[in-house]
Amino acid sequence: MPTTTLHIRRGGPGEPPRHDVFELAFEPGESVLDALRRLRIGTDPTLAFRYACLNANACKECMMLLDGKVIYACTARLEARDMRLDPLPNKTLLRDLATVIAPPDERLE
Amino acid sequence: MYAAIEAARQGAGSVLLLDRSLIGRGGATVMAQMTVAAAVGPGDDWRHHLADTLAAGRGLCDPELAALLCEVGAECILEMDRWKVGWARAGNGFASVQAPGHDRARCVYVDFLSTGPAVSKTLRAQVQRVGDAIRRVGEVLVTDLVVQQGRVTGAVALHVASGAALTIAAPATIIATGGLTRLYARNSASANMSGDGYALAMRAGATLLDMEFVQFFPIGHLAPRLIGMDPIMWDPFRYKLGGRLLNGAMQEFVERWGGDAENGTYSTTRDLATYAITKEVEAGRGSPNGGAWLSFTHVPAAELRAAFGPVIDRLAANGIDLTRDCIEVSPIAHYHMGGVRVDTAMRTDVPGLLAAGEAVGGANGANRLSGNAITEALAFGRLAGAEAARQAAEGAPGFDLAAARPALALLASEGPAQNTAALVARLQHIMSADVGPFRTAAGLARAATALAALRGEVGTTPPAAPGLAHDLARMDWLDLRQMLLVAESVVVAATARTESRGAHQREDFPEMSPNWERNLPLRLSAGVPELA
Ligand SMILES: Cc1cc2nc3c(=O)[nH]c(=O)nc-3n(C[C@H](O)[C@H](O)[C@H](O)COP(=O)(O)OP(=O)(O)OC[C@H]3O[C@@H](n4cnc5c(N)ncnc54)[C@H](O)[C@@H]3O)c2cc1C
Ligand code: FES
Repeated sequence: MPTTTLHIRRGGPGEPPRHDVFELAFEPGESVLDALRRLRIGTDPTLAFRYACLNANACKECMMLLDGKVIYACTARLEARDMRLDPLPNKTLLRDLATVIAPPDERLE
Repeated sequence: MYAAIEAARQGAGSVLLLDRSLIGRGGATVMAQMTVAAAVGPGDDWRHHLADTLAAGRGLCDPELAALLCEVGAECILEMDRWKVGWARAGNGFASVQAPGHDRARCVYVDFLSTGPAVSKTLRAQVQRVGDAIRRVGEVLVTDLVVQQGRVTGAVALHVASGAALTIAAPATIIATGGLTRLYARNSASANMSGDGYALAMRAGATLLDMEFVQFFPIGHLAPRLIGMDPIMWDPFRYKLGGRLLNGAMQEFVERWGGDAENGTYSTTRDLATYAITKEVEAGRGSPNGGAWLSFTHVPAAELRAAFGPVIDRLAANGIDLTRDCIEVSPIAHYHMGGVRVDTAMRTDVPGLLAAGEAVGGANGANRLSGNAITEALAFGRLAGAEAARQAAEGAPGFDLAAARPALALLASEGPAQNTAALVARLQHIMSADVGPFRTAAGLARAATALAALRGEVGTTPPAAPGLAHDLARMDWLDLRQMLLVAESVVVAATARTESRGAHQREDFPEMSPNWERNLPLRLSAGVPELA
């Protein structure tokens, strides 16, 4: 059965960077976001990433890096290979793949 | 957002607009791709719209709320036009389509499939134009309302980005948290639709009604897997192009279940289409993935492109050519008719607490007409904002931190590790299996038992420790706390209503009964929802 291996950057600001490796069954047609949600249910509920609209590409919350390129996790297709996921590099890191993306005047400070 | 704008317009100098996600991006509004119903066309009148709304509601609409939806809604649509939302034009007026259940073309839209994003963007721009009177703060998950001597004086919330607990003092609070579709495994809305507003209101002492009426959208996308598209997208295709609904053997079947032959038009109402597809699948005549086929293969390519331009390219990127391929569709949880009981000023039974939008119950009765939800969100938002401004001007008792203590203690508590994501998925499966569009006493009893067991497992403290940034595991627990209460409310009301009406279909009571032409109010009693 084909599998996808996700290398996911974990940890919060100040922690030494590390990538956790997750193997999961490859489901054709799934998005990267589907796979991340499946990982939370099946393997690690503490994994942090942002999303709201799941599939409609309306909320624009699910931006992250896939193999170094900016993607929306809900529109990038999962592939049966090694895929590396990192948080957006130019935004403040919250934890794992989640970063601060709210406009500055809509944050609590 | 409309509520905030109106409150500021009516003189409220300090409006706080909170959202658990990004402001104006986290709910159903930004996802809506289709149309908005309002009597703004030549010769139309809000009273005609009201007559259709009442008929669709199968005797259960609150006629005063429905009238406000239609009358104030039309004003809001015109105001949105002045705010340059970009309603599609035809000749001198708005372009509009006739959706099932409406007596004429009454549904305006923004091309192509951009109604919701345009509405959200326009409201965001207006909120910003108001300036300092509205403070916007995203990533604030409200977990409890604060009640002092029977009056809501503010809220307790989790700041998602930092994990900190917050208290908010307010002379008037408006719940505008949208619906509850996340209770179901297959749903059309965002991950934020856990029904929080219903649970918040109920815990504060408010009454809910019509909780049994969950609208399933009959032709939610099923297969092949599409990415970057909203599962509801086939509805506008059907408005503009008709399309044919076919069973696994490529035969039309709606007539077999009491519908009228469609002859390439779109005339079957949502509840009937959901019924027909479910029954056809049960009879073993479904499409390969357990739904129905939807076909536009008879529509010429040029016509498809004229109607949906860029969307045709997005479909092509997903490997779908509608001149050649049919797609599979099946019912999907979409909207909730029920909600918080309010009066015509959007006041709940609890002083200081108002509600607006899909969180409100009553305007749409047992079944909502398509296009009425955004109209409802705008109109009720405007009314609630005006009333909140009035109440704020009157002043309110000072915020007493002692009243917030239990809610703050919950956010500060440390519980055992739990896979809360899996528990959410379990709740969704319980609801989908036995509390979908078709219900039986046995199935509802099974759901009640399963929910009780789940409640036991979820326990009374969120997992791990507070103060972690973007802690989805803890947020899922806080959501489960609300979702359980809301799911139980749906089950209690659906069990009590021993008849079939609109979106609530009891297979053991298939007839609509005149004795049941009444709403079922629910209140919290010793921690559980009970019929009031
Ligand atoms: C895919 C889709 C398509 C639709 N298409 C149409 C259409 O074409 N026409 C139509 O009329 N209707 C349509 N509807 C229905 C309509 O979009 C909704 O009923 C309407 O937008 C609800 O608006 P609202 O303002 O009440 O709530 P929403 O727009 O859902 O907003 C609720 C907000 O509350 C926030 N929130 C929730 N809980 C909390 C909490 N505890 N703390 C803080 N914030 C919270 C959410 O993050 C969200 O931003 C559609 C719905 C969906 C899902
Ligand atoms: S989840 Fe909303 S845009 Fe990706």
